[in-house]
Formats: sequence, structure tokens, C-alpha cells
Amino acid sequence: MSSLIPEWENNPVLNVEHLTMKFGGLTAIDNLSFVAGRGDITALIGPNGAGKTTVFNCLTGFYKPTEGMVTLTQRGGESFLLERLEEHRICYKAKVARTFQNIRLFSNMTVLENLLVAQHNKLMLASYFTIGGIFGLPHFREAEKRAIEKAAYWLDKIGIIDRADTAAGDLPYGDQRRLEIARAMCTGPELLCLDEPAAGLNPRESHDLNQLLLNIRDEENISILLIEHDMSVVMGISDHIVVLDYGVKISDGTPEFIRNDPNVIAAYLGVEEDELEQESGS
Amino acid sequence: MSSMKTSNDSLLKAALKDAFFSALLTLVLTSLILGVKIVDINTGLKLEPRFWLAGLAVALVFVGRFALHMFWWSRKPRQTAEKKPARSLFPKIPNFGKYAAPVLVFAAIALPFMPFSDRYIIDLFILILTYVMLGWGLNIVVGYAGLLDLGYVAFYAVGAYSFALLATYFDLTFWECLPLAGLLAATWGVILGFPVLRLRGDYLAIVTLAFGEIIRIVLLNWYSFTGGPDGISGIPRPSFFGLEFKRFGEGTFAQFFGLEFSSIHRIIFLYYVILTLALITAAVTIRLRNLPIGRAWEALREDQIACSSLGINTTTTKLTAFAMGAMFGGFAGSFFAARQGFISPESFTFIESAIILAIVVLGGMGSQIGIVIASVALIGGFEVFREFEQYRMLIFGGAMVVIMVWRPRGLITTRHPSVRLHPPDGPKAATARETAS
Repeated sequence: MSSLIPEWENNPVLNVEHLTMKFGGLTAIDNLSFVAGRGDITALIGPNGAGKTTVFNCLTGFYKPTEGMVTLTQRGGESFLLERLEEHRICYKAKVARTFQNIRLFSNMTVLENLLVAQHNKLMLASYFTIGGIFGLPHFREAEKRAIEKAAYWLDKIGIIDRADTAAGDLPYGDQRRLEIARAMCTGPELLCLDEPAAGLNPRESHDLNQLLLNIRDEENISILLIEHDMSVVMGISDHIVVLDYGVKISDGTPEFIRNDPNVIAAYLGVEEDELEQESGS
Repeated sequence: MSSMKTSNDSLLKAALKDAFFSALLTLVLTSLILGVKIVDINTGLKLEPRFWLAGLAVALVFVGRFALHMFWWSRKPRQTAEKKPARSLFPKIPNFGKYAAPVLVFAAIALPFMPFSDRYIIDLFILILTYVMLGWGLNIVVGYAGLLDLGYVAFYAVGAYSFALLATYFDLTFWECLPLAGLLAATWGVILGFPVLRLRGDYLAIVTLAFGEIIRIVLLNWYSFTGGPDGISGIPRPSFFGLEFKRFGEGTFAQFFGLEFSSIHRIIFLYYVILTLALITAAVTIRLRNLPIGRAWEALREDQIACSSLGINTTTTKLTAFAMGAMFGGFAGSFFAARQGFISPESFTFIESAIILAIVVLGGMGSQIGIVIASVALIGGFEVFREFEQYRMLIFGGAMVVIMVWRPRGLITTRHPSVRLHPPDGPKAATARETAS
């Protein structure tokens, strides 16, 4: 019996139950339930307009879901109901970090500053809400040094440490994508949500991105939830895939399972209804 | 050679065509405005033709437009290509701000003892420094946090009236009222901040504009409390550690230091008070900018959604920006009341907000030195052109258009990072130094 229960059900980091999001008369997500396992790379895929980004916006507090429950369980066992938290507290308290489909860096600020803004809450506490910082207390200087070291660690990892003091907007596109991931990682998350991280990358950059994500999973032990269109990324690195179409979950399983699921093939390739029935019948 | 000729021909053709249409447009516009004049004769109104004037305007536009095409615009691509890399006003001098700041501070300290400094000059610089301080205060809100505030004068008014009212009702001195005025202005900053938290850009500007007017109109109409349009007079002057600047009586400044009484002592003292206040403002804002809160302000200006996705509470971040900006406005306001000895709502009209905002935008948003240069140019310029009276606004309007065309992002646009990983000359130079040593 236990072999039938997928691995990710045993130790979930994120548990989405009966999530529904309606915009007026339009149901963008309809009764969606899925689980993201701890230490897994979970991919959320589906054709354009399937509601993937809406799911992300519900998880990270940018939308308040119409119905449903989203539970995040941290390593220490503490759990948070994300649909009840304010958006900034989802990152600060529940430790969910995200990136955006259209890159949202602070483009006039330097690369290093971008990574320090991500560590704002920690530094704010260390500066005793600015009062201590104004007088330059050693406690704050120490914290700032550690924050810069952490930023340097991530810049080294994504290979742009030499450009730490250039404006983030002046970086090439691929570097901006990776910088946004590094910035999200600097918040110290338990779950990293990536919205189409490989969009617009060339095959080489996309390969580097795979390595970076595997590295985040294996060495940093961070769970990843990603939306992606690039099948080489999705099939290459995910442990678990959830497929959405028109706001409804049509498939859920390992990459191997998804690859052969007739429902998924139909949704992506637009197979005729009767053909689909034939296939599933045979 | 022939290609050169054809390009010249096409240029000439385009220039003639454009000049012709411009002239035609001018003819349409001027035919009635300049071409005829309404003259009041005894029996009524009469139209007096002045076609030569319209003709002159048309000719001027034709010739000017043609000349611009032939000699000016045709060179433009080369010029912009040359100009583009030099983004700073003083591209030749690296770290202009680093050297300019101490020089300016030193010059400001020495100013009252210069041979050319008379009462008028010192008074003028007191006014300029007040605007510098206001500019630096507004810079926190507009330049750093990117919240367009058109009602900044409200906080200036709150500061001024706080001091004036506290002094007249409770007999408090300037130095006791100064922190209170700052605190009250900051409170009003938060009060304004709450309703406008969701607004950005144009909508925020409209609400802040209205807020500025509300404060002024309340001050104007609450006659029993603020004296309405009569204002408040007899505001006490600031004292020098308890020593007053009076001609007669015990414990005066002149008596204590054994000096001959002179009214200029008080002016010089006021000058140093505003200089100190301005320098404190500068020191605190520069410091805040390098702290997490300052970076959060700038991040808020860049992208609010990204900010909240990184766990920054945008509500408190905005409110602190409003409160800090308002506090410095309040300090400047109570200094203004102390210097004038009399305040009325007339000093806090919208035009003041506009001038302060013009200083910040002209100086280059976020640049401290830029604001100093812009204040000297604007406020000093107002004084220099005083004799032109009604034309000076015209001159300033024109000058500002020219400056904004010439430098669309303000006088000083270089942004210094709040924190660096590598030395300013780049990581390669640093590693080169390391290997060399």
C-alpha cells in the first residue's frame, strides 16, 4: 500500500488544498490540490493561460484566494497558512521567496545592493530599527559584514562577482535572471518559487540554470517550486510535475509518468476528443 | 562627392519644406493674435490691422526653422554621440561630490567673515540654506522613496506654526520648540502617509497637493487659534545659550562677549543656526541612505512589488520616508518662524512646494550636491533678477525648460552605491594591486 503513496506526500513543504481563485465570473483556478515535497524540485506546467502564475500569486500573497488552504511546513515543524498572511510576511515569516516572470530587479541599484535589500529584515533588526545604525554600533557593522559575505557567496555561485558594483539593469539578460534567483535565495527561504526562470535563455544559459537549481536543491537543501515552459529544464531536473490546464489539474506525478500521460499530451498537442478517448481506452 | 551633394540637396529640400509648413502654422496662429489689434475708440471697438507684425513673425519662423535645419540639427547626431558617455555634470573630475562637499562646507562656514559679506548677502544665504534644507528633506520622499509629494510646504507650515503657537501660548523658547516642531511635523507626515499608502505617481501627487492646501486653509480660517490671515507676530528670537541679541538689558550677547552691539550679530548667529540644521539634515540623510532603511526606500522607488516579495513591509517603509522628510521640513519651518518673527498662511502657498520640488528635480533626484547647486541657482537667481519683477518668472520658466532639455535627469545624475564589494576602480585593479604587492 505504501508504495502507492508518492514520496512527496510523506514530507511535504507545501500543501495546497482545494485552491480556487475567481476574478469576477472567471475561474482562473478551480479546486486545485497538490503537494510539494521537501527537498524536491516540483514543476508546475501547462499551456499558456492555464493559471500557473495565478497559483504563484496566491501562494505568495499577491492574490487572496477565493477558497482553499495553503499550508507551508518549515523544517522545524512550524506551519503557516499562507492565504492568511500579508505578502511581506510570507517571505519574512513563512520563508517563501519568489522570482517574477518579467524580471523585477531594482535596476538602478547595484547588484550587491539588490542582494542586501533581500536581507533587509535581518539587517533592520541588527540596526535596532535604524537607531543603532545611525550611530554605527559594532553589532550592526558585524551584521552588515555578514550580509555582504552572504551576498558575495551567491554572486560567486552565479558567477558575476566581478560585476557586484554595476547597476543591476546593466547586466545581460541571463545574468539578470540568475541574479533574481540569487536575490530570492538571500532572503533565506525554505521554499523557492521560480516563475519561468528559463524564459529567454539560450541553451547554454538554460543548462547553467539547471546546474544552479540542482545545486540549490542538493547543497542548500531548499525545496523549489517552478513554473516552466522549457521542457528540457522541466524534464531534466524536476522530481515531481503538476500539470494544469484551464485552471484544473490534469495530471500529477513523476516526469516519467507525465511524459506518457495521454491527458497531458492532449492538452499540449491539442488532440481531438475522440482520439483521446481511444487512447485512454486502449 | 556626388553622394555628399545629393544628401545636401535632400537636406535643403527637407529644410525648405519644414520651414514652409512652420511658417504656414505661424501665419494661422498669428494672423488674428498679432495681425489685428482691438482699439478702443469713443464709439466702441475697432480692429486695427497690423499685418507687418504677423508678417515679421512668419518671416522669423521661416528663417529660424530653415537655419536650424541647415546648420544646427544636421550636426546633432555627431554631437549627441560625443556627449552621451559624459553623464555627470563634471565628467572630468572624478568623485566630484567627494571634493566639492568639504569645499562647500568650508566656504559656507567662512562666508559671514568674507569682506564682501554684508547684511544683504548673509540674509540671502540664510534663505538659500533654508531651501537647501527643505530640498534635502523632500529629497528623502521624492528622490529616495520615489513618492511624488506636491504638498511638502504643509510640513514647513506645521513646523512654523508649531513653534509660533507653542511660543505664544506656553512661552517656550526656540530651542525647546525645535524638537517638538520636528516631531509634530513627522506626526503629520504619518497622518498624510496613511491614506495615500495605496496611491502612486499622479494620484499621490494630487492627494499631497490637496493636503498642502488643507493645512493652509485651516490655518487661514481657524481665526481664534491661529489668528487667520493676521498671522502670528512677536515670535521670540532664538538665543545663544540663553544670551539674547538685544541692544539693552541684562545678559545680552554683546555684553557677555564685551562687544559693541550690532544688529549683524543676530543675522550671523541665525546664519550659523540654519547652517548647522542643514548640515545635520545632510549628515542624517547620507547616513540613512547607507543603512537598510535607505536601501529599502530606494528599492521601493525601483519596484514596490519586488520589495514586498522580499519581505519588506512597504507600509512602514513609506511611512518612515514621509515622517523623516516631514521632520526636516518641520525643523526648517520653525527656523523660518524664528527668523521672521512673524508668520501668516501667505508664506505657505503652493508655489513654495513647487519651488522646493523644482530644486529637487533640477538638482538631480537623490543628489545632495545637486540640490545645493539648484538652490543657489534658483533662490539666488530670484534675488539677482529682482529688478525684472514680473519677467523673472518668465526667465525662470525658460531657464528651467532649457535645463531640463539639456539634462533631463537633473544637474547631477551619477548615483553612488550605498555599499561596495570592490574598490571604485573595479575588481581587476584590486587583484592587480594584490598580486603586485
